[in-house]
Amino acid sequence: MNDNNPPLQPSRSKPWNDPRVRAIFFQVVALAAIAWSGWTLIENTLANMESRGISTGFGFLDQSAGFGIIMSLIPYDATYSYGRTFFVGLLNTLLVSAMGIVAATILGFIIGVARLSSNWLIAKLSLAYIEIIRNIPILLQIFFWYFAVLRSLPTPRQSVDVGGVFFLNNRGLYLPDPIAQPGFGWVEAALVIAIVAVVIIKRWAKKRQLATGEIFPTVKVGISILIGLPLLAYLATGGPIEWDIPALKGFNFGGGITLIPELAALWVALTLFTAAFIAEIVRSGILSVSKGQTEAARALGLHNGLTLRLVVIPQAMRVIIPPLTSQYLNLFKNSSLATAIGYPDLVSVFMGTTLNQTGQAVEVVAMTMAVYLTVSLLISFFMNLYNRAAALKER
Amino acid sequence: MTEQMQSEQGQTVVDSAKADKTIIHVEAMHKWYGSFHVLKNLNLDVAQGERIVICGPSGSGKSTFIRCINRLEEHQQGKIVVDGVELTDDVRHIDSVRKEVGMVFQHFNLFPHMTVLENCCVAPIWVRKTPRKEAEATAMEYLKRVKIPDQANKYPGQLSGGQQQRVAIARALCMKPKIMLFDEPTSALDPEMIKEVLDTMIELASSGMTMLCVTHEMGFAKTVADRVIFMDGGEIVESAPPHDFFDNPQEPRTQQFLKQILHH
Repeated sequence: MNDNNPPLQPSRSKPWNDPRVRAIFFQVVALAAIAWSGWTLIENTLANMESRGISTGFGFLDQSAGFGIIMSLIPYDATYSYGRTFFVGLLNTLLVSAMGIVAATILGFIIGVARLSSNWLIAKLSLAYIEIIRNIPILLQIFFWYFAVLRSLPTPRQSVDVGGVFFLNNRGLYLPDPIAQPGFGWVEAALVIAIVAVVIIKRWAKKRQLATGEIFPTVKVGISILIGLPLLAYLATGGPIEWDIPALKGFNFGGGITLIPELAALWVALTLFTAAFIAEIVRSGILSVSKGQTEAARALGLHNGLTLRLVVIPQAMRVIIPPLTSQYLNLFKNSSLATAIGYPDLVSVFMGTTLNQTGQAVEVVAMTMAVYLTVSLLISFFMNLYNRAAALKER
Repeated sequence: MTEQMQSEQGQTVVDSAKADKTIIHVEAMHKWYGSFHVLKNLNLDVAQGERIVICGPSGSGKSTFIRCINRLEEHQQGKIVVDGVELTDDVRHIDSVRKEVGMVFQHFNLFPHMTVLENCCVAPIWVRKTPRKEAEATAMEYLKRVKIPDQANKYPGQLSGGQQQRVAIARALCMKPKIMLFDEPTSALDPEMIKEVLDTMIELASSGMTMLCVTHEMGFAKTVADRVIFMDGGEIVESAPPHDFFDNPQEPRTQQFLKQILHH
């Protein structure tokens, strides 16, 4: 190109007819609207709080809470601070969510596979389960398990007594609590050694399979080592565990471990509800693998279990994981319905009692929302990592 | 590996010496899909090393027939004996037959989440319990035989249709089967890829493999087949060596079919 000839330019249209100009204009307008709303909101809130004499800030977190919580994973009583109630609630939320996610995944996979069973009864039972459970609101199901089932259990004095060790009544399930005595360290050490041994055996078995083709019964041997070694250590050291057995003291049981009915009801309801959705996700994932894949595997002589494990599941996972992540997020957020039956989760304790007592609405709500957002994003992040690992490396 | 090839050839010599040994025996076999009678009274004996081409109009039951031989389909009446094992509901019988019978599908059915090499090794490792090194060496040998050893570490999605089908043939051969079933192996391919797959099959036929091919490639039938079987309406209408079959068909239905496929 030489500079003597200016390059030919397309004729220009009016700027307000140019889509690029329009796009920039609308973006500027939208941004201004958002900024204005945000500013108004903050200004309005500050003005309201000032007129009601509410001081802002997080100073309240150090004040003594003065109320009890029925279940806590960390030491807590009424003398602890509001900040402590936040962590008690958070841990309770994480506990029920983690329990729910694990149980719902297992149950969902089983029901999803059962839904595709060639056994008529099993397939129809799974179908009935899915259609009934997923079409009833989760809150109703929580109420059902709490009020209709667990609250109707006998009173502590008429407890269901299993061998004088386990007790079930409307205050919860009471289990014996193992208390480690001196010498228990040996059992713990044996467990650690067993875990290391199993890992080494697993590696060795894999290497040997690759080298000689022989398949070592890793699962059977692994389980027997994991159970056997600590058991041997336990017996050799003369059984250094004492059981704290729950017993009726006055109107209620004392000692042992208690599974409170609020936790049980919430856990069961969340698990059953989410499992119904996971089952459908698993079913769709398995059906997304074409029949030709199964046929090719069977024609090569791979039996049913191997076909599922080596061919169908790896391909189904890439379809299953993204919606499965959504279900985990749903379960985690649904756990906030705990507040309806009084399970002391984050919403119930912190956004309920603490907020009522302190009146620090902005701070409490912001902290609670930040927790849900953070944990949800973390779940998404890890599931995305897993998804990338399982994704099909096709091109 | 050369040792193995030699022993294979040695076996071939023995096979041709007793060429009459029946490896597939089908007797008075019937199959229904619900109330639809797909296969009617089929009788067939295949000798070891025999190459059979099955042809017929679509819907004549030819695919269903060869899928019965490794029990991807169940038959309801009659008897199928493969390599001395009768196919019944017994899972152990089915598994032992499938070990000896390789199959190539119309749509390849390669496992998309495994590389070409892994596709070829998965069955030898898990079913035959071959050490991985050995399985991989065998797989490379067969990939060389189908002329795509350089694609071993690619995924099926990265290959052309013809290459995928040759991988599928290699995958089946890695199990060292006694019998190979081909279910319309070239029907899903572009014309220029059909030849590369047929060449592979012709090469395989010359090595003495027992082969049953459902195909419309009449050229292949003429050059390779020991017998051509014509099926229509779920029955075997005619069964004859290729020169008789093409030059002097006995049945009117066969004549009409040949007229339709050879005259355009």
